[in-house]
Amino acid sequence: MDQKDREILEMLQNNSRLGFEQIAAMLGTDRQDVENRIKDLEEKRIIVKYNSLINWEKAGEDVVSAIIEVKVSPQRGAGFDKLAERIYRFPEVKAVYLMSGSYDFSVLVEGTNMKDVAFFVGTKLATIDNVLSTATHFVLKKFKQEGVILDDKEEDRRLVISP
Amino acid sequence: MIKWSDKLSAAVKNIPPSGIRRFFDLVTETKGVISLGVGEPDFVTPWHVREACIYSLEKGYTMYTSNWGMLELREEIARSLYNNYKVKYEPSNEVLVTVGVSEAMDLALRSVVSFGDEVLIPEPCFVSYAPCTSLAGGVPVPIPTTEDNDFRVTAAQIEEKITPNTKALILSYPNNPTGATISREELMEIAKVVKKHDLLVISDEIYDELTYEGTHTCFASLPAMKSRTILLNGFSKAYAMTGWRLGYACGHPEVIAHMTKIHQYTIMCAPIMAQMAALEALQNGTDEMKKMVAEYDRRRRLVLKGLGEIGLSCFEPRGAFYAFPSIRNTGMTSEEFAEKLLVDGKVAIVPGNVFGTNGEGHIRLSYAASVENLTEAIERMGKFIGKSGCRSDGMAASG
Repeated sequence: MDQKDREILEMLQNNSRLGFEQIAAMLGTDRQDVENRIKDLEEKRIIVKYNSLINWEKAGEDVVSAIIEVKVSPQRGAGFDKLAERIYRFPEVKAVYLMSGSYDFSVLVEGTNMKDVAFFVGTKLATIDNVLSTATHFVLKKFKQEGVILDDKEEDRRLVISP
Repeated sequence: MIKWSDKLSAAVKNIPPSGIRRFFDLVTETKGVISLGVGEPDFVTPWHVREACIYSLEKGYTMYTSNWGMLELREEIARSLYNNYKVKYEPSNEVLVTVGVSEAMDLALRSVVSFGDEVLIPEPCFVSYAPCTSLAGGVPVPIPTTEDNDFRVTAAQIEEKITPNTKALILSYPNNPTGATISREELMEIAKVVKKHDLLVISDEIYDELTYEGTHTCFASLPAMKSRTILLNGFSKAYAMTGWRLGYACGHPEVIAHMTKIHQYTIMCAPIMAQMAALEALQNGTDEMKKMVAEYDRRRRLVLKGLGEIGLSCFEPRGAFYAFPSIRNTGMTSEEFAEKLLVDGKVAIVPGNVFGTNGEGHIRLSYAASVENLTEAIERMGKFIGKSGCRSDGMAASG
């Protein structure tokens, strides 16, 4: 990882649709160099995936998200990792973080309605061995995600021509 | 009926209106245009700066400040100049906070120019220098810089134009509209001429932080130059704070006192809200500013490469956020090119001739725009040039 790699990562994080040519021009290097670097970063799973940030609410789709605080008792030998895996393997689970503080895992779950999510928590999550308790917090509105303000009103307001 | 044309000041009548105005109206009327004609950052002022201003308003900071500007801000300005260039200004009497560099330039010229004094102005340059010189009763003397020398003015060119009436030299590097920068060595040569002929220098360094190759040299930091330099700078470009209208002038206490005299009668003081915001920018804004600069640098390379690919020759701009390609091989004048490109190609740029001598034959293109818009605009320009039958990638330079 050198400065050029870091810059590539920054650019792609901000806009994964940038082409090799564009990145090469912006870095002052050639296309082949950028292609090699990106391939390498992908192979190392430093670049994990290219995806889009979608505002499903605006698309008119029903998506319900909940953040669930999970308390567990870690297992001898495997610590939290084994338990985390039992949780993150479910496709309903969109994110899992090990937390410091009064609970252990923060789990983001998505479903089409509240019942869906509650059902998943009650039957799948809470019933995993060594899960001591869960507290479910439904998301009411998403304002900002992945560093992006979803409904940003700050458009380009500059004069079209200025000296 | 009053006949206004008889009543209006001759001095104002004699200065030409800004060449951009007519073009501006044209751009406004045209639909679907991507504009690369904007002389300001495409970033909005960083949130922490805006937030600091909001907070100051909540606390009731809505009054006048000292004519000179808040002492705390002047101290920060002096500190930042010392950190960047090791040039030491006394906040109490060598720093004046102004309403943008535009006001500072006007104050500087009015404070040093007596009737008939000549002011040397390397061109192409920002549009206000010559008119402000004229309004101050001086005579603007353009020094045409050339693409052969990457639009840098040379000591010899300056010396050639010196007469017994020459009072001052305006320097503006990194340059709007060319993107030119100038090296320390070249400035040292200029400093020799300045000293030999006992000139003053008004150095507009508003784009200093936007230097992509090499490091910026502050003219006042050169040996023996601080005392004869009026250094102008501000927050508009580096901190994306154009609309706040905040700049400053630094210089010898005598000239700063003179400038302050005009400032106190005409402006009183720069708005306190803007001063509060600027204070935050200087104290906590470096990281975000550097990020914006890095972003401009990437776009600079993107644009330069793109221009090459569509067959427009462009010397490498090393500062500000402009490219200044030549359009001579299209056979069109700058204005023709700009107008046709706008109507047929739906891209707005600024014709080079509005920036003075030797601007003709060039266009100014600002890369303070999103990567998507820059890519699309250059593609459109490529199509436009191809269609008008004057694409000239080396072999077809017949126009």
